[in-house]
Amino acid sequence: MTRIEVTVDGAKVSDEVEPRMLLVQYLREKLGKTGTVIGCDTSNCGACTVHLDGRSVKSCNVLAVQADGHEVTTIEGLAQDGELHPMQAAFHECHALQCGFCTPGMVMQSIDLLNDNPKPDEQQIRQGLEGNLCRCTGYHNIVRAVQTASGQEVNK
Amino acid sequence: MTATQDAPSEQLEIGRDRRRKEDQRLITGRTRWTDNITLPGMLHLAMVRSPFAHAKITSIDTEEAKKAPNVVTVVTGKDLGEEQGSLPNAWPITPDQVAPAHPPVAIDRATFAGEIVAVVVARSAAEARDAAELVDVDYEELPAALDLKEAANDTTLAHPDLGTNKSAKWVFDSGDAGTGGNVDEAIQKARDGDGIVIEREFRQQRLIPAFMEPRSTVVDPTGEQITMWSATQIPHILRFLLAAVLGVSESKVRVIAPDVGGGFGGKLQTTPEEFITMVMARRLGKPIKFTETRSESMMAAHHGRDQWQKLTLSAEKDGTVTGFKVELTADLGSHVSLIGGGVPVLGAFMFNAIYKFPAYHFSVQTVLTNKAWTDAYRGAGRPEATFGIERMMTELAAELGVDPLEIREKNWIKHEEFPFTTVAGLEYDSGNYEAATAKAKENFGYDELRAEQQQRRESNDPVQLGIGVSTFTEMCGLAPSRVLGSLDYGAGGWEHATVRMLATGKVEVITGASAHGQGHETAFSQIVADRLGVPFEDVEVLHGDTMVAPKGLDTYGSRSLVVGGEALVRAADKVIEKAKPIAAHLLEASPDDIEFKAGRFGVRGTDQGLAMAEVALATFAAHNLPDGVEPSLDSDATYDPVNFNYPHGTHLCAMEVDTETGAVKMRKYTCVDDIGNVINPLIVAGQVHGGLVQGIAQALWEEAVYDDNGTLVSASFVDYLVPTAADTISFDIDHTTTPALTNTLGTKGVGEAGTIASTPAVVNAVVDAIRKFGVNDVRMPCTPERVWKAIHHSGGGEPTTEAAKPHFDPASGDEGTADRTDGASE
Repeated sequence: MTRIEVTVDGAKVSDEVEPRMLLVQYLREKLGKTGTVIGCDTSNCGACTVHLDGRSVKSCNVLAVQADGHEVTTIEGLAQDGELHPMQAAFHECHALQCGFCTPGMVMQSIDLLNDNPKPDEQQIRQGLEGNLCRCTGYHNIVRAVQTASGQEVNK
Repeated sequence: MTATQDAPSEQLEIGRDRRRKEDQRLITGRTRWTDNITLPGMLHLAMVRSPFAHAKITSIDTEEAKKAPNVVTVVTGKDLGEEQGSLPNAWPITPDQVAPAHPPVAIDRATFAGEIVAVVVARSAAEARDAAELVDVDYEELPAALDLKEAANDTTLAHPDLGTNKSAKWVFDSGDAGTGGNVDEAIQKARDGDGIVIEREFRQQRLIPAFMEPRSTVVDPTGEQITMWSATQIPHILRFLLAAVLGVSESKVRVIAPDVGGGFGGKLQTTPEEFITMVMARRLGKPIKFTETRSESMMAAHHGRDQWQKLTLSAEKDGTVTGFKVELTADLGSHVSLIGGGVPVLGAFMFNAIYKFPAYHFSVQTVLTNKAWTDAYRGAGRPEATFGIERMMTELAAELGVDPLEIREKNWIKHEEFPFTTVAGLEYDSGNYEAATAKAKENFGYDELRAEQQQRRESNDPVQLGIGVSTFTEMCGLAPSRVLGSLDYGAGGWEHATVRMLATGKVEVITGASAHGQGHETAFSQIVADRLGVPFEDVEVLHGDTMVAPKGLDTYGSRSLVVGGEALVRAADKVIEKAKPIAAHLLEASPDDIEFKAGRFGVRGTDQGLAMAEVALATFAAHNLPDGVEPSLDSDATYDPVNFNYPHGTHLCAMEVDTETGAVKMRKYTCVDDIGNVINPLIVAGQVHGGLVQGIAQALWEEAVYDDNGTLVSASFVDYLVPTAADTISFDIDHTTTPALTNTLGTKGVGEAGTIASTPAVVNAVVDAIRKFGVNDVRMPCTPERVWKAIHHSGGGEPTTEAAKPHFDPASGDEGTADRTDGASE
C-alpha cells in the first residue's frame, strides 16, 4: 500500500492505495465520486476522462499513485456555486446527450479541447473528440455544443 | 405543430424544443448507474468464461481459487444444479421450435466462447477477478458450428444431442394467405416472358450493440423483498421472469432500472449474469454486485443481425414489380434467447416495405451455431428488411437503366391509397411517400449531385461519386397484443400509466415505459402538461422501479411514446373527467355547464372557473365534495393499440469513393422522416442523428468477427469499430408530417428510424459510385479492402456475375457460391 495526497475537486484527500489501483477506481471506489465512469477497460471510449492538473487524461490509464501531489478535477467539480460550467450548459442547451454515460468524459475532453484551441472549426472539434465514444447522439449535437461553448455561431 | 407561448392552447408544450429534465444529473455526474451502488457487506462476482466455442468440460478445479484472499465461494454449473434454472425463451415462434436448455452457468459443455463455466464470489471485484484466474478448467474441444450456411446444413452440430441445428422455420405466402398471388408463378412468368428477374444474396453481418454502460447487476436479498438493480431495458419483464423462475410472488421481487446507459436492444434480455447474481445472493444471504468488463460485454451480451438473405424480385420491363421472394437464414447463436427467434420473422413481414407487390413469399430458417446468441438490436429485423428491399429496388433500377427514385415511385403506395393493406397482411394507416421524397430531393440537391456524378464518371475522376437512395417504412410501436399473440410472442404489448394530481398542484406521472436515454421524463411531461393545462415544470415523471411503477412492458421497438404516451393521455383524460363534477360542485354549477380548457374548469357563459390545481387542493382537503365522489384526482390507464404504426422517410446519401485505394468518404447525408406529429423536435432530431450513425456504421465499419476457432476477435473497442466524431459528419435532417391515425397524439415511433433507413442508403451510394466498373454489390461493412477488390476483381469493367450464380439453399444442402471476394472470415 502506498500513501497518496491528491486534491480532488478542490479538496485535499489522503489515502492508502494499492499500487495497482487505477485513478478511476480510486475516484469511484475510495472517494465515491461516481460521476466518472468506466466504459471499456482499454482506454478507447473516454468515458473516464478527468482533468489532471488541468489537462484531460483517461483515468483508467493513470494509476492512483501517479496522481500523488497533483490536482484532479472531475465532472462533479465543474459546476461552481450551483452554476453549470459553460460546457455543461452548452451540452444541455444543444441536447448533446441522451443516455448520458459518455457525457462526463465528453464534457471534460471538450473543455480541454477549447483550452488548446478556443475557436475550433467543426473538423478540429471532431478530431479533438476522437478518443471519446458516444453511441446515442451521432456526435452531431456534441459538435454543436462545443461550438456553442466556444462562442461560435451554430448551424442547425 | 409549433406552439406559441402567448397563445395558450392544448398544443402549448407539444411541438416545442424543450431541453431535457433528465440532463441536470447526467451533466453534473450525479448519476445513478447500477455500478455506482454500494451496499453494506456487499460481495462481488467474477465470471470464468469458456475460451472455446464448443468444448466438453471434463473437470473444474476450484481449490486454488477458493484459497485466494477474501474469496467467499466458487461455484460451477454442477454445483448450482437445478437451482439456477434455465433462461427463458419468450418467443417460441413455432410449436416445434428446437431450443436447447439454457442454464446460466454451463454444466458439462460450453457452447460458445464467452459462456460462463464458473462463478467466483469475493469481497472485492478485483479479488474476485484475481481468483477467477486460478480456476482450472479442463476442456475437451469439440467441433464447432461456426459458419451459418454450413450450420444450416447440419454439417457440424452446435448441440450434438439435438441432432440438428435447425431451430424453427416460418413460412408466409401471399397466395396461401389470400393477400396476393403466387410468387413462383410471377417469377416464372417474368423469366419466360419479357419481364426481368433480379436475384441477389446479401449478408447481414453480425453486430454488437455496444451500449456505453457495461451491464451491471446488484442484488440485495436481505430485506422482505429481493431487490435487483440492473442496467436493463426491461425491469417489468425481468421481475415477472425472476419471480416465475424463483417460484415467489412478484411482490417479493423488486427490480430497479436506475439510470441506464444505453441499450439499443442489447439490454432487452434476461441475462445469465442477472440470474447468477440473484441465485448467489439468495444462497449467501448477502448483497452482491456484478459488473461486466467491456470484453465480456462484447463476447456475451447478445449480438444483433446475422442473417443471409436470398432475394428474388420479378418485374415487368417498365419497372412494375410483380413478385418478391425472400429466403432468410438467421443465426441465433448457441441458444434461443428471450425473443431472438422472432426477430427475423418480425422483419420478414416488412420486406415489401412501401411497395404494392402483387405477390410475396418469405421463409425464415433460424439456425443454432456455437457463437454468442443473437436478439433484438436497434431496429430488430426491420433494418435487415429495409436493406434487402432497398438494395433490390436499386438493383432493379440499375438493370433497367432508370433513376432509383423513379422505380420506387412507380411501385410505392400512393398517398391517396391509404389506409392500405400490404401483401404481407399489415395495414398501413397513413403515409405520404411523395411529400417526403420531394423534400429530401430538394434539400439534398439531388439533380446537382447527379450532374456532378455524371461529370466525374465521364472524366474518369479517380474519386467517384455515388448517390444512395433509401425510401423506407418500419413497423413501430411494438404493441398490438393480439397481433403479437398471433405470432406466438409470449407477452402482450400494452403499456400502463398513472396520473396523479397532488395537493400542491404538481402532477405525478408514472409510466411503465422505462427509459435508457430517450428523454421520457421530458416528452411525457410535455404531453401531460398540455393535457391537464399545468406547467411543464410541475409534472414529475417516475419510472424504472417496479415498486413505484408496478405495471408496464418497458422500452423497446420505438413503443414508448406511441403506446406509453397514449396511455398517459388516457389516464390524464380520466383525471379531468373525475375533476369535472368536483369543479361543478365547487362552482355551484351543473356538470353539464363545465368546460375544461387550458387547465381551467370554467362555467360556460360566465367568467367563473377554477384551475386544475385549485380543484386538486379542494379534492385533497375533501371538505366539500359532492356526495358519493371519491376524494382523489388520480387515474390509471392501460393502452393496447389496435395496430402498429408506420413511420417512413426518404434518405439520400452521397459517398465519395477513391477508386485507387477503395477508401470511402461520406460527402452528404440528407433525410426527411415522417413520424407524424412531433412532441419534442429537439429530442427527435437527437434520436435521428444517433440512429443514422449506427446504421452508417453497419454499412461501413462494424462487424463482429469470429476466427476459425470460434474466438471473437472483435472483442474490444480496439477491434470493433464503433465510429468516432472524426469518422462522421453533420447531417441534414428534416421532416414531413402525416399524423398516425391509430393514436390520438398522431405520433409514430422514431427511435430506430435512422438506423433502419441509413444502411441501404450508404451501401447503395457506394455501389452506385463504382457501378461503372461492373460492380453490383459490396458486402458490408464496405471496408476499403472490399471496395478496392470489388473494383479490381470485376474483370476490367465487365459486369460481375454474382447475380447469375447459383444461390445457397439450406434445404438442398447446396452451399452455393457466395462471392467471397471480401476475404472476411465468416
